[in-house]
This record gives sequence, C-alpha cells and structure tokens, in this order.
Amino acid sequence: MVQEWLQGLPPFWLGLIRVLLLVLPILILVPGLIWWERRLLSWMQDRIGPNRTGTLNVPRWFPIKSWRGKKLRTFGLLQPIADGVKLFLKEDITPDAVDRKLYFIAPAIALFPAFALGGVLPFGPWLSDNPATAGFYALLTPVANVDIGILYVLAISSLGVYGVVLAGYASNNKYSLLGGLRASAQLISYELAMGVSLACIVMASGSLKMTEMVRSQEGPLWGVVPWIQNWFLFTPYGLISAVVFLICMVAETNRAPFDLPEAENEIIAGYHTEYSSMKFAVFFMGEYAAMFIFGGIFATVFLGGYNLLPVNWLAIGDSVPALSGVMGFMDRLNYALAPLWFLGKCAGGITFYVWLRATLPRLRYDQLMSLGWKSLLPLAVANFIIVAIWIMGTAKWGVAGGWIAWAGASLLAVLLYLQVMSTYKSGFPDMQRRKVVLTDGIPNAPVGAGAD
Amino acid sequence: MTPNGYPAPPSIDWLMTMPALLVAGVGIVALMVEMFWPRRSNSAIIFLSLIGLAVAGYFTAIQFGMPDGETFARMIVRDRLGLVLQLLLIGIAFISILFSEGYLREKRIPFGEFYPLLLWATSGGMVMIATKSLLIQFIGLEILSIALYVMAGMSRNEAKSEESAIKYFLLGAFASSFFLYGIAFVYGATGGLHLDLIAEAWKADDPSMRNLLLFGFGLILIGLSFKSAFVPFHQWTPDVYQGAPTNVTAFMAAGSKVAAIGALFRVLEASGVMQEFWMPALFWIAIFTMTLGNLVACTQRDVKRTLGYSSIANAGYLLVALLAHFKSPDKVGLQATIFYLVAYSLMTLGAFAVVSLAAKGGKEGTRFHDLAGLYRRAPVAAGLLVVFVASLIGIPPTAGFFGKYFIFLDALQADLAPLAIVLAVNSAISIYYYLGIVRAAFVAEDSPVRPAMSGPVTFGNSLATAICAVGVLGISFVTAPVFEFLAGR
Amino acid sequence: MDTNLIVFLAMALVAAVAAVGVVAMNNPVRSALCLVVNFFVLAFVYFSLRAELMGISQILVYTGAIMVLFLFVIMLLNLGGRGGTLEERPDVKPGIGVGLGIALFALIAFQVLFPLQASATPRAPDDYGLPQTVGRNLFTTYVLPFELASVLLLVGIVGAILLAKRKM
Repeated sequence: MVQEWLQGLPPFWLGLIRVLLLVLPILILVPGLIWWERRLLSWMQDRIGPNRTGTLNVPRWFPIKSWRGKKLRTFGLLQPIADGVKLFLKEDITPDAVDRKLYFIAPAIALFPAFALGGVLPFGPWLSDNPATAGFYALLTPVANVDIGILYVLAISSLGVYGVVLAGYASNNKYSLLGGLRASAQLISYELAMGVSLACIVMASGSLKMTEMVRSQEGPLWGVVPWIQNWFLFTPYGLISAVVFLICMVAETNRAPFDLPEAENEIIAGYHTEYSSMKFAVFFMGEYAAMFIFGGIFATVFLGGYNLLPVNWLAIGDSVPALSGVMGFMDRLNYALAPLWFLGKCAGGITFYVWLRATLPRLRYDQLMSLGWKSLLPLAVANFIIVAIWIMGTAKWGVAGGWIAWAGASLLAVLLYLQVMSTYKSGFPDMQRRKVVLTDGIPNAPVGAGAD
Repeated sequence: MTPNGYPAPPSIDWLMTMPALLVAGVGIVALMVEMFWPRRSNSAIIFLSLIGLAVAGYFTAIQFGMPDGETFARMIVRDRLGLVLQLLLIGIAFISILFSEGYLREKRIPFGEFYPLLLWATSGGMVMIATKSLLIQFIGLEILSIALYVMAGMSRNEAKSEESAIKYFLLGAFASSFFLYGIAFVYGATGGLHLDLIAEAWKADDPSMRNLLLFGFGLILIGLSFKSAFVPFHQWTPDVYQGAPTNVTAFMAAGSKVAAIGALFRVLEASGVMQEFWMPALFWIAIFTMTLGNLVACTQRDVKRTLGYSSIANAGYLLVALLAHFKSPDKVGLQATIFYLVAYSLMTLGAFAVVSLAAKGGKEGTRFHDLAGLYRRAPVAAGLLVVFVASLIGIPPTAGFFGKYFIFLDALQADLAPLAIVLAVNSAISIYYYLGIVRAAFVAEDSPVRPAMSGPVTFGNSLATAICAVGVLGISFVTAPVFEFLAGR
Repeated sequence: MDTNLIVFLAMALVAAVAAVGVVAMNNPVRSALCLVVNFFVLAFVYFSLRAELMGISQILVYTGAIMVLFLFVIMLLNLGGRGGTLEERPDVKPGIGVGLGIALFALIAFQVLFPLQASATPRAPDDYGLPQTVGRNLFTTYVLPFELASVLLLVGIVGAILLAKRKM
C-alpha cells in the first residue's frame, strides 16, 4: 500500500523523501553518537564520564509512592542536548584579522560533503537492477542509484578537506594554517590508497554501483560455499582491501590516531582554533556525520551492506528441507528490517572509531606519511594486481584455478617484498658504493656556476 | 562492433608496435633490476638496456620491405621514414648509453634510474614518429619531454642543472599545452584524431571549419616548433643544453630533434592541403632559425652553449630540407632530410661525448678554457673532436658536408633559392665558432689557477666516439646506396 | 527557454565567472578557490551531458586531488598573506592578454557556436559516457594510448622520486 502510494508520487517529492530519510536520521543521531563516544571512552579508560545530565529527581508529589525521592537515571543521555544548547547560546567570536568570507563559508563547506556522501548508500535491498522490479526499499534508498556509485564516494569524500583547509587559511592564525596544511597533505596521502583498495573490490564485484556491490556479496562464499554469503571481508583480497580502507577512512575523517589537523598538544585545536559557538558546532557535526557515513560505506562495501548475517537463508533451506520454513522466515526478516541491520553496522563502525581513539596514540607526522605512502599504497597496489590475476585465473581455469593463481601471485609478491627489504635494510648500499654526492651531506661547490 | 554492442578489439600487427613497446618494456625491466638487485655499478642495467635496444633495432630493421600500413585502430603506422627514424632513435639511445656511465660516475650521479628514463624517452620519441594519430603523438611527446625534464635536472647539487630542468619544464609544459589545445581544435573541426582527417575536413570546404582547422594547426605547429627549437621558440635551448648533464644534452640534441622533426613531418604531410598558409610562415622561420642560431653562437664562451645554438641552426637546415620536399614533392624526396638527421645525430653525439670527458670528481668544466690541453691528455678524443667539428662545419668528405650539400641542391630544385643562399651563408658564418671549439682543445693549459679538468677516457666513451666517427666519415663514401635505400628503391 | 537551457546557462555562468576570477584575483588562495569552483561546476556540465564518469573523474582528480595539492603548496609557501603578493607593475601584458583572449573567444564563438546552433540538435547514443562504454572503449580501440599513458605516469613517478629523494 505504502509502496503504491510512493510509486504514485511525482519524482520530485519522492526524491525529497529519500533525501530526508538520509539526512534526518543522521541529524538526529549525531548527538547520540557524541554521547555514545563519551560514555564508551570513559568506560574504556576506567572513568565515569558524563552521567548526570538527564537524571530526573522524581518530585515528592509524584503519584506513585515508591518512586518519590528516587532518581531516574538516563546515563547522561541529555548531555549532548545540554552541550548543543551551550554552543547555541555562547558568544560567537569572530576575530578581527580573519578573511571574513572564507571564514564564514568554511564550516558550511566542511559539512556539505559529510551529508552528500550518503547520497549513494543503499540502506535497503535492491532486488534487481531495474527500479521497477527492485522492490519496496528501492523507492526509498539510495538517493540516487548512479552508475558511478563508488567513484562518487571517493570524489565527495575528497572534497571534505576544503572546509578544513579554508578554515585553516581564513583564520589567519599560524596554528590554524598548520592544521589546514596537515589536513591537505594527509588527505592526498590516504586518498590514493583508499581509491586503489576500493578498485580491488570494484574489480571483484564487477560494478561501480553500490547496490550491485552489495548484491555481488550475496553469492556463495569464495565461489564454493553456497550457504554463506561472500562478504568481501571474508575473502583474502577483500580482507587486505578492508584493512587498507579502514585505515584510510579513519585518516580521511581526521579521527584519532590520525587527528593531526587538530592535535591539541601541538597546535592548540588546529584548523578550528579560531572558531567558536555554532560555527564550531558545525565542524563538529560534520566530523560525526562523516564518521557515520563512512561506517555505512565500509558496511556496504565489505560487510554485505544491509544483510544481517553472512548467511544465505534460502540456500540453507534448499539444502535442508526441514528448515525451509524457518529459513524462509529469516530471509523475509532479513529483507524487512534491512535498514535496521544497516544502522547496526554503522553503529559498529562508530564504535570501532571510538575504540581506536581510546587505544592508539596519535601518529607523528613522518609516521603518518610513511604509513600512507610506504605501507598502505604499495599494499593496496599489490593487492590490486593480485585481484586482477585472481579474476583472470577464475575466468580461465574456474574457481579452483583462480585461487591457485591468487596464491601464486601472493607468494611472488611476498618474496619480492622480502628481497627489497633485505636489500635496503642497511640504507641504500648501491648509492653509497657508487660514491653518489649526498645532497644533504657535505655541500659540493657548484661547478660552472660563474657568470657567462 | 561486436554482437553485444561493444567495440571490437582492434586487430593488431604486433611487429609494427614491437620496437617502441620493447624499448619501454626493457626500461621497466631495467628499473626492476635497479630496485631488486642494486649493485656497485650499473653494468647489469646498461647491458640489459643495450641488448634491449639491439633487439628493438633488429625488429625495426626486419620490417624494411614489408608493406606500409596502419595497425592498432590506425594508431601505429609503418612506412620507410618511420622505420628509419625509429632505427636512428634506437642508435642515438645506444650511443648515449655507451658513454653515459663513465661520465655519470665522474659526475658522482650514477643513478640506475637514468637508463630506464632514457629508454622511455626513446620509446616516446619512437611512437611519436610511428603514428599518424595526434593522440599518440601527444602522449609520445609527453613521455619524451617528461623523461628529459627529469634527466636534465638529475645533477641536483648543481644550480645550473636545476635551472635547466625548471626552465625546460616550464617552457616545455607551455609548449605541450599549445600542442594539446591545437589538437582539441583539430578534433573539433575533423571529429577525429587521425591526421588523415585533416585533409578530408579541409576538402569539405566549410569555411568555418577551415578557420578552426587552421587555428588548431597553427597551435600544433607552435608546440612542435618548440620541441625542434625553431626561432622564436628556441630560447630554452642554450640554457637547457648548458645546464643538463652532458650525456643528457647529447641525447636531447639528437634524439629530441629526430622525434620532433619526424612528428613535424607527419603533421605537415597531413596538412599539405593548407600549404599556402604555412609555407610562407615556415619559410621565414627557417631563415630566422638558421641566421640567429649561427650569429648568437659566435658570441658564446661555453662549449655546450655553443653547441646548443648550433643545434638551433641545424634545426633550421632541417626545416629547409622539409620545406623543399613539401614545396615540390615530386622532384624532391625526403632523402636529404633523413640523411642530414643521421649525420647531425652522429656528429652531435660524438662532439658531446668528447666534451663529456671534461668531468672529474663531481665537477665539470664546459667553458672553452676547460678544454685546453685536451690534445695532450686525450689525443685520440681531441682528434675525433676535429672530425665532428669538421662535419658540423661541412668540410668534405664528412657526412655534414654531404648533408648540407644535398639540402642546398634540394632547396634550389624546389625553387627555394633564398633559403639555399641563406643556408650557404650561414655555413660560412658557423666556421668561426666551430673553429673556436677546436682551437680550445688544441691550446696548452694556460692558467694554473683554474686547471683544466679531464676524466679518464673510458671504454664506453671510446666506443661511442669511434662509432660516431666511423659513421660521420664512412657514410659519405656510400651516399648513393644510402640515398637509394632511403628512397625505397 | 526550456529548463535544460536555463540549467546549462546557470552552470556556464558560474563556471565562466569563476574562470575570470582565477585570473583576476590578487590573492593566490582565492584564485585557486575560483579554479576549484570552476572545476566543480564543469563536472556538473559533464553530468548534464550524461558523461557521468567524465564528470566524477573531474571532481575526483581535479577538485579532489590536484587542487588540494595546489592549495597545499600555496599555503606552504605562504603566498596567501594579506596585501597580494602577486601584484605586478603596470604593464601592457595584461592588456595584450585580454585582447588575445577576447579574440580567441570571438574566433571560437563565431566558428563553432553559430554553425553548431544552425545544425540539428546532436544526440549522443544511449550508452554514451557510461562507465561500461568508456571502459570497453578504453581497453579495445584505445588500448594503446591507454598503456602509453601508463608509461607516461611511470616516467613521472620515477622522475619525481629521482629528483626528490634527499638521502641517497
């Protein structure tokens, strides 16, 4: 019924509904996320955390006698609301020396990509590629099921840094500028590895569309186990991709341990040093929305999207007829509550972010760079080549041949890596033996520099 | 189109594409050798590169006599000119590599990456020549140029080398953008990137398309003129030639010019229909290029700068040869152009190989007085320098003489007498500065304050100069068969 | 005026103004930002032409990566200080530049725009600009330039490392 009503709606209204279905939950959930982060962090660090705000003292005239004088605890759930009110009411200070236009526009630019990013995320199943037969959720999500889905994610996520860079520049403050600089260098360094790691998955799933990427994960595991879904996290190449993507995603959202742009013990608060009140709140919100959406992207690409468990219920039902009824029910449950499962995975992503923040100390700048360029990028590229070999092997010699090709290629990559590592363990032996003039060493008087 | 609606893969004659791809592939293998098994010397890489070039040369040579044609969706072309110039480029790379290692060691910059870069530059030049597609030509040009920018700036502790790289890079990028913008206009006018479409579009006789085509063609010409160092697009040449490491300069002077002239020939050939527009312009450019190159060279006090201006002048001579061919293609073949390209490459490479001996212990002297006393330290090299300079001047019986002589005859035959006269006059002017180089090598070391520098004469250097000298002297005895071969008879 | 034209004109106007801004701004950071806006809007022009892949690549490569690097370099050199560091002496060059620019624009406008307007509306095939189409073409007809471009990138990478590595 609802489905028919939605189908009858003009495209504009339907589009608006889709946008609202994406934006409103995020807006509503952001305060909850902040609360969750603070509570979880305090639990992990063995402290109490915000637990007062929202505690109700039941008044003496309360009708239920036994409740009178008791306290109704909500574990500080109202703390974010109090924080929000505080941020709203605080004086909004705009320093004199800022570049006014850019200063005002920067928070908006920071917030925009965080929301726009979700535009291609499906939080409900598409049964087929054709919108007419794709089922109920296809009407509601994603906002646009474009052909270039994953590229859109990469493109928009790279725009997020403009807000940070502009804030850093417009503040006319050296610490802010440093924050902006760090953010841009960090983004460039991790964007590449992220793109390559996603490219592996694109090759494996054969599509750039997010909905099809999820559908391709519903196939049999490794091409052989029909009862279990082939979530990319479970495949060897997907696991490597997932690790790379996970690290890059934390780096792109500027979260600990990659929060160098706002490292408080080095550069005050980095790019938002000069921001206060609502403008600061907007940055804050952008960061949390981005975390949430990136959790969703990870879930979509590696964790089977909106599927509850990596289980092909119907396939089990076919194999074990006795269970077919239960399995059919599970399948329908899996379909009907898909957004819930998806939300759960996003929450899991957020929890992971918090866990990282509680566990890992901040990286030094050179560590950040060498991790991005010397570890993640080569790993992602090697994985990319190996996936290509695996696809070729599968196409030529079937499933088993594909995995043998994969193993061979991986072995070769590891051997080459060991060879390089052993060669360069002691610096650059060839260069030292070849008597190359060190640029950072003793300066060599330039020759032929005289006027001509 | 295949049944599923997708374009069919192009039919590929691998032999046609083999030489360029092989050279690029050997570059990649050489880089891997440097990465996985770095050694005290670059011998393995050099050996590999030379073998690769030789094999590529073999695959080029066996294609002579095979029918002309295009492959790879009409992106690679095979004809006599393309094969000869590709072979020439391979030879240039071969000789450059031969004398590079000794020089780089003396300069203390023996990077293993140099050889892959050189090979890639060669392959870029090769595809530039072996194509009639503007797209491939542009990519080839960029491969060649970017590799050269890097190699020019390789000697990083020298301010001059850095300056050279930066200048070359900025101006080169500017020129490339002209070239690319021109391609965009030509694409707009013709709807395709193949050069043959230019003539078709022109014959369609749509005035607005013609204007567009002319404009795009002009931009392409500017881009290629920069690469060939025609006046007024020559300003980068002396500085870049002077600052770049000498072996890179040698490759730049010879290889880059061969590729640029080859590409220029393709473009001009395809746009013969527009000859009434570009002939006068190129006529004047040729005159200015020859004259300015030679006049300014006379004032130089640095061997590499002098040779840089000399290469500008030589570009002018080559342009004369091209123009003579296009003015009357029936009477005048391309033989003179190719012959002079070969001769010019050999003598320039040889001259630079000798000049590169003036590097020692991380330093290098390239001014005239740095050459002083060369005749005592390396008598053979000094003697060969005389041969190369004689060829550059055009003294019989060297290749340079015959090259200029044939160009002169061609120009007269094609009713381009003014160009022929300017060429002759310029040859006379050039004697002055070329003799200056020889004199510098044959005076005694005069000043104890700035002693002349000289590294040891390595085997590679001897071999390179010997090949060049044999070529310069030998080719003049077999001009008739060479001409017949070039003409394809 | 149909809606398509209005949308296109709006985007074109923004792109053109931003392009002028790149040249006209005194402050290099602002110039770079104008370029960002220009690239971004250009991507939407591609979208409107159904060249989705082209448009998203435009954002991904130019807006998202190259311009971030531009900004990084500008800010690293601290060119963005107040009182434009890029001020030039009064010169004839800007005048000549503007003149040539107008001439070029006039040429393109007269030679391209009017003939195109006169011709029947060109229609692209249905699958024009789709990732599948682009991919298939790239790996069949245009496989040679594609591979050569990868050699070009390799040259760039090796060159950058050769020139930049400090400790030998």
